[in-house]
Amino acid sequence: MKPFAKLNKFLKKLPVHLAVILMCLMWVLPTLGLFVTSFRSREDVRTTGWWTVFSGSETQEELAGFDEYSTYCAPCHADDGQGVEGIDLFGGNVLAEYPRGNRLYLYLKEPLDGEPHVKDPPLPETPKEALDIVNPVHSYMAEPKESETFFGQFSANNYLDALVGYKGTKTYAEDCSSEEASALTKFSCNLADDLANPEGMGRAFINTLLVTIPATILPIIIAAFAAYAFAWLDFPGRQWLFALLVGLQIIPLQMTLIPISRIYARLGMQDTFLGIWLFHTGFGLPYAIYLMRNFLGSLPKEVFESAYIDGADHWKAFWKIALPLAMPAIASLGIFQFIWVWNDFLVAKIFLATKPVLTVQITNLIDPRGQNWHLLTGAAFLSFIIPMIVFFAFQKFFVRGMLAGSVKG
Amino acid sequence: MAPKIMKQGVWAPVMYLLPALIIMSIFVVFPMVNTVRLSFLDSKGQFSAATTCLEGQPCWGAFENYRYALTNPEMTTALKNNALWLLLMVPATVIMGLLIALLADKVKYEPIAKSLIFMPVAISFIGAGIIWRFIYSIQSGEGEQIGLINAILVAIGKEPVAWMSSPAVNNYALMVVGVWLWAGFCMTILSAALKSVPAEVLEAARVDGANEFQVFFRIMLPIVMPTVVVVTTTMVINVLKIFDIVFVMTGGNFGTEVIANRMFKLIVTDTGRSMAIAVLLVALTIPVMIFNVSRFRQQERSR
Repeated sequence: MKPFAKLNKFLKKLPVHLAVILMCLMWVLPTLGLFVTSFRSREDVRTTGWWTVFSGSETQEELAGFDEYSTYCAPCHADDGQGVEGIDLFGGNVLAEYPRGNRLYLYLKEPLDGEPHVKDPPLPETPKEALDIVNPVHSYMAEPKESETFFGQFSANNYLDALVGYKGTKTYAEDCSSEEASALTKFSCNLADDLANPEGMGRAFINTLLVTIPATILPIIIAAFAAYAFAWLDFPGRQWLFALLVGLQIIPLQMTLIPISRIYARLGMQDTFLGIWLFHTGFGLPYAIYLMRNFLGSLPKEVFESAYIDGADHWKAFWKIALPLAMPAIASLGIFQFIWVWNDFLVAKIFLATKPVLTVQITNLIDPRGQNWHLLTGAAFLSFIIPMIVFFAFQKFFVRGMLAGSVKG
Repeated sequence: MAPKIMKQGVWAPVMYLLPALIIMSIFVVFPMVNTVRLSFLDSKGQFSAATTCLEGQPCWGAFENYRYALTNPEMTTALKNNALWLLLMVPATVIMGLLIALLADKVKYEPIAKSLIFMPVAISFIGAGIIWRFIYSIQSGEGEQIGLINAILVAIGKEPVAWMSSPAVNNYALMVVGVWLWAGFCMTILSAALKSVPAEVLEAARVDGANEFQVFFRIMLPIVMPTVVVVTTTMVINVLKIFDIVFVMTGGNFGTEVIANRMFKLIVTDTGRSMAIAVLLVALTIPVMIFNVSRFRQQERSR
């Protein structure tokens, strides 16, 4: 009977399992799509959905330019491009000589042995119509003709392009490896130099680190001092002042942007890291003090009393007892503040416009016509890496910090 | 209470509190006051807002910027949209979070399932905006749909929809993004509350013949109600200040404007109006804030 009991139990729970798995899928699918897309080539992203990577590569007939090639070129050059002695259309030599469709077109216009190069059927007379045929043929010649393997369709090129801020139609690596094209780009093609491009995600990554780390440490230290005073010192108006600080948590950031940026403009602190550190500190403090004070206040009073009897003063008690014991709270707070500052957009956009952080740089890359998804997906994922690592590694602390507090922001 | 036997000078509390008080006065309190002042001045912050009144137009004197904030068509759209978010997106997120917390509680792989649903909390709104712009994207003309949702629509024989620019659907499409982002937050907090419901109580109810729905509505829900209220008020504040999602996905165009985005757009060109909108935003959050502080007092008393 036992196996049936087990089966019965499983069947009873089946709807629950299905519901949970379905929800997980719904929540993961958007990010998964972004992740897969970030490894696909620009052309693939523009023409097909990311889910098609799982359905195998496209056949030759589906490639752009196949029809044009079969009509105009295949009669002489054959389907494999080797119909004429000594010439291999797909071998790459033709493409190297005529890197663009219009150059190939100009060549095809030249007579061959006194006759039109393309004669059966002839190319249309008007250049525009003729180019509509030559361009697809040109891109068809560039497509690899052997079927791709599953992993062959992916590359890290989008990440490289995003890091250096390459916005062209090919890839940074391709442009830099072809001799004549490198003259056209604004890149030196020396990777170390190009990574410093202020329009790239590489530089933005460094900027984000430079903003986030001090803006995480500073409020925690200052809050620890204040929280200690609220928890273990006696002074008039203690409760009242603390309630006021907790209340300040609800002030939206937007309230303070203009007055602060005016002060910064006067002091020359606009677009400085110091300015943004202090701003994040100011806004991180109410929540940090609240959380730290609740934690420190819940420590047993005897610990502090015995320390005092042993001759410690408040200064020593703070450093030697309160801070080490408060480590769990500090961890929660640190992770919370880190992720908050890392993901911030508004404050960085206003106070650090000339040194864009990751979130600001991503919005700079958005093409309203939706032509650079390959770049955006790579850039977005670059900005996810660090917070995701922090999140999955310290999820316990993150949740604890969230449960202890209320609203942020 | 602090232990009385510990010696402390008069200045000790001041020294410990000073850094925090200085920074908070400069970065939170002073700007707040200044923002209110600016909201009564013109676009450059020089003269009274009354000077921006036009001949023959309605004028609220020094409150002219508030007239703009409350009656300008773009602002009324924004106010309507924020109300729509409050009415639909907040309940949807809280209910979704509660549902996931309840279901995940019944399976062995609960930690994995919860991590996956919680994960959007770790990524930026900007990043989430990119993820969802991509999902909603539409290919006009002959091309294959590369946006997941429109590809599904085409596959089942429907016409693709311009999710971001069609006013009939775009606000709801943005709210879906909001639910995706915040349901994990609600789930985590509610899940902790659900776990604190004593197992014996639930067991006793089940033995007495209560079905799962009765157990939930009669026993669990009343116990976790305070937490549901906390989560809801938090979401109300989040939604009142909603900005990044709208900014990155539609820029507030096509009838998706919200209050905070309107404020951001005017921040350089017209500080007076922008700050009046900011004050309006705070005025809307004040009731929630009072509620939160009183809840805090209650907690303190029961400590």
